[in-house]
Amino acid sequence: MNRAPLASLYLNVLVIATCGLIYELLAGTLASYLLGDSVTQFSLVIGVYLSALGVGAWLSQYLHDNLARTFIEVELALALIGGLSAPLLFVAFAWIAWFNVALFGMVFLIGVLVGLELPLLMRILKEHLDFSDLVSRVLTFDYIGALVASLLFPILLVPHLGLVRTSLLFGIFNALVGLWGTYLLRPILSERGLGALRGRAILVVGLLVVGLIKADTLTMIAEETMLESPIVYARQTPYQRIVVTQNQRGFQLHLNGHLQFNSADEYRYHEALVHPAMLACDSPKHVLVLGGGDGLAVREVLKYPSIESVTLVDIDPGMTQLARTFPLLVELNSSSLLDDRVKVINRDAFVWLGERSETSEKKFDVVIIDFPDPGTYSVGKLYTTRFYRLLLERLAINAKLSIQCTSPLVAPNSYWCIIRTLEATGFDVRPYCASVPSFGVWGFATATMGQIAGKEIEFPEEVKPLRFLTPAVLQSMFELPADITPRQPELNHLNNQVLVRYYDQEWSRGE
Amino acid sequence: MNATEMKRLNRRDLLAALLGTSTLALGGCSRVSLPPAGMLLSPDVLIGHKIRDKNAFSSRAKSRLQKQVVIVGGGIAGLSAAWRLLSLGIDDFVVLEMESVFGGTSRGGEMGDFRFPWGAHYLPTPMKENETLIELLKEMGVVVGVTPAGDPVIAEEFLCRDPQERVFVEGEWIEGLYPAKGASVDDLQQLKEFQGEIDKWISARDRLGRRMFAIPIAAGSDEEEVRLLDSISMATWMDQFGWTSSRLRWLVDYSCRDDYGLTIDQTSAWAGVFYFASRNEKANASSQDVITWPEGNARIVDYLSNTMRDRVEHSHPVIAIEHDPKADDSVRVLAWDKANGTTFEFEAERVIYAVPQFVAPYLIRDFSNESRANLSEFRYGAWLVANIELSDRPRENGFPMCWDNVLYLSNSLGYVVSTHQMGIDDGPTVLTWYMPLLHDDAKVSREQLMSMTWSDWADVVMTDLTLAHPDLPLLVTRMDIMRWGHAMIQPRVGFVFNEARENAAKPLGRIHFAGTDLSGVALMEEAFYHGVRAADECARL
Repeated sequence: MNRAPLASLYLNVLVIATCGLIYELLAGTLASYLLGDSVTQFSLVIGVYLSALGVGAWLSQYLHDNLARTFIEVELALALIGGLSAPLLFVAFAWIAWFNVALFGMVFLIGVLVGLELPLLMRILKEHLDFSDLVSRVLTFDYIGALVASLLFPILLVPHLGLVRTSLLFGIFNALVGLWGTYLLRPILSERGLGALRGRAILVVGLLVVGLIKADTLTMIAEETMLESPIVYARQTPYQRIVVTQNQRGFQLHLNGHLQFNSADEYRYHEALVHPAMLACDSPKHVLVLGGGDGLAVREVLKYPSIESVTLVDIDPGMTQLARTFPLLVELNSSSLLDDRVKVINRDAFVWLGERSETSEKKFDVVIIDFPDPGTYSVGKLYTTRFYRLLLERLAINAKLSIQCTSPLVAPNSYWCIIRTLEATGFDVRPYCASVPSFGVWGFATATMGQIAGKEIEFPEEVKPLRFLTPAVLQSMFELPADITPRQPELNHLNNQVLVRYYDQEWSRGE
Repeated sequence: MNATEMKRLNRRDLLAALLGTSTLALGGCSRVSLPPAGMLLSPDVLIGHKIRDKNAFSSRAKSRLQKQVVIVGGGIAGLSAAWRLLSLGIDDFVVLEMESVFGGTSRGGEMGDFRFPWGAHYLPTPMKENETLIELLKEMGVVVGVTPAGDPVIAEEFLCRDPQERVFVEGEWIEGLYPAKGASVDDLQQLKEFQGEIDKWISARDRLGRRMFAIPIAAGSDEEEVRLLDSISMATWMDQFGWTSSRLRWLVDYSCRDDYGLTIDQTSAWAGVFYFASRNEKANASSQDVITWPEGNARIVDYLSNTMRDRVEHSHPVIAIEHDPKADDSVRVLAWDKANGTTFEFEAERVIYAVPQFVAPYLIRDFSNESRANLSEFRYGAWLVANIELSDRPRENGFPMCWDNVLYLSNSLGYVVSTHQMGIDDGPTVLTWYMPLLHDDAKVSREQLMSMTWSDWADVVMTDLTLAHPDLPLLVTRMDIMRWGHAMIQPRVGFVFNEARENAAKPLGRIHFAGTDLSGVALMEEAFYHGVRAADECARL
């Protein structure tokens, strides 16, 4: 072998070292996203990975013949397993219970294969180099590769490519090393089966390239691009697509591509949504939360010691299940949906309100309405006079209600349509706003059938401290700024859902 | 093509003959998989044929009862007549229904938790002039108030929920019924002209100040101008304006098939214009809001039959009505009790005959001798209705699922969704699919209706629906299919202003007639109108 192929081989070392570390980083990041507790996850992944490297190195002694061919086979295997690791693990997380086993099994397998790479390569090169030279050069490139990977991963790869595409891309690099090997190592490869080997290498490259290209049309990748943050959880339930992303600012929940909250500032939204109604009620005992399957509104509700029961009605068991089991979310909602006083009902709230059942006899002191924005007819029906009339039948005397009603700046007709529709049902309504950085200025309203308390609302000791609300801030939320002026749009009826049309017009303008 | 010829067609041609040009999209025409379960149903034709053939009944009556009024038939007309009698203070009556359920073509059914219609499934909000119908709707809790202008206010939960209708055109669902996708400037221009012409009919009043087209039709004009419309077909009427747009003609044809089970070539232009002009209070205003229930008009049937529980009898076919029109005597009504196999005889001061006219010669003794209606003018269409139970919603392309879902260029009328009004937008549901059989000779349509098997019809239904919902075969868990041999009266050219129709509503001695066929169009309001009118006639005498 002359010098040129040797240089190429060192380049190979650099590439495979980078690939190896990338897979490890991917697994560690994924594990800490999906399972929470990043310190534990990262140390476990590193531990399993490093020990697997050792197993690979130890196994390499049993390989004697056809070293070059074995090296190429290892590269192809690594290309497939490493390259598909992130997409496979995402899918596995949404579908299988023993995700840990799949995760660490995969980390171990990748580790073993990476562990085989260098010993094999060094034995191939040892014919051509002095031993001390060999060790020094191969290890040098190996460590440079590690540096390249650790720099690329957080700076370029995760922000720009996302986890899935990064994984596929480095799988392709591994496969290319294999394919390249069929030419570089040509002199020491037997003629028999060389064509087939090369064919397989091309097939693997092709497969991963198709994956990468097609990935753009795959929902998850398309979403990662759209949501501009790496996805840590994605699942299509019969009702909606649930996606959780994470970035430096925290983690975010998206339903059908619409941001529901950002962990960094959701407290502003949920404190503003929940407390005006709760504080206006004398020792609330029974609270109804409609929508809000993330459990964050319930977290605020449970801050009141007088609470005896919270009934949460959310259509999607996939969402409420996530709120009970997904570590990031369980931590954020303070395990609210695991509280004994909380009863979760997975029904369409419209259908549930129309039903007569045991729970339908219960009267609620406070109702918190946290539905998604009225972008579709099936959600729009939850904002109609019919819906509010049904709701009235479940309210205790003097019950208080609060509701999120989209952005009064972006969608003023939608906002005032919700307010006027509530009023038309007989509610005394007070609109208010709060600023939530992730959403901008957001619109809410609180309503009651009885008297709106004129007195200053007092904060009970137990509820403090809130992160956003103070008595003064609470007062000021009801002072509408000059650019949020009352309007008189049409009312939203079940048989004429003007709200869906307003919403569609107003939100599509900005896009 | 007659039924025998139809039978000889291969599957592809048969589907094309039944479903129309939409099936041209079927490439290789592979057979769709059939639902795992289902039944082929029909109204109790055995009883009908027994009556026709006058056999199998013991004519010796077990018992004799006297009634002030006997109402023959427990459909909307008969039940409305009974409701009216009660409100007029007459409670000595009985309603005799042949079948085991009330309602006729307004009956409903149920599968699991879902109720659905087997026929009529909506009612446009009556205009304020239709006071009697508004009275009934008030009683039912459907009308809950009056606007300052005097119009009825309908409880929100009974008004058809938004989104109401969509049409599948060129591979995509779009909102509304007009297939706007792919429409040319000329198409849209013709649509505008058509609407302009209809608006003229909506605004116009005749010399007596009546609307040209009103519901009930008896309240509308019968002057020359509207009578002339009845002498030509809807197609001819459109030709006169040069409206050749295939999209516009499809819309009008769809409407005629939907309300009358006739094509635009078969429908009287009077009926065609009536469809568009009778449901709008003012020109340029949207048409009257639609009232509907998951089980369709069976809600009205249930209300009426439950309120008069002890005066209505189902499974009691009337087998003979005997009277002497010259001697002003009571009428003898013979009825059979299916459950016990016994015969009853009623001696009635008055009889309200609330059954289609074509049955009259078999029930009313010497009816054919009477110089009455020329019954051959009364023609009834054959319809197929399928109720399809789904385990989940199909994948959608375009505008989301509505109450009414129509397929452009198909001979079917598409389907209504029974769970729509309940606000259930996910998971299992029942779709009710409708198709009138369009042969010029309704007898041929009936023969065909009865000659095909459940699998034949299930294949037709599935083929039609999979064009718009390719994944439907995976979701269907059951399909029950109803064959209505005489589903509804057909307003063919010349029928509405035919003497035969006008005469048929006149009493025959002490027998008073009701039924929507007396109006020439099959509408709940017309059946109700005639029931109330017949009851009023009885009360007056």
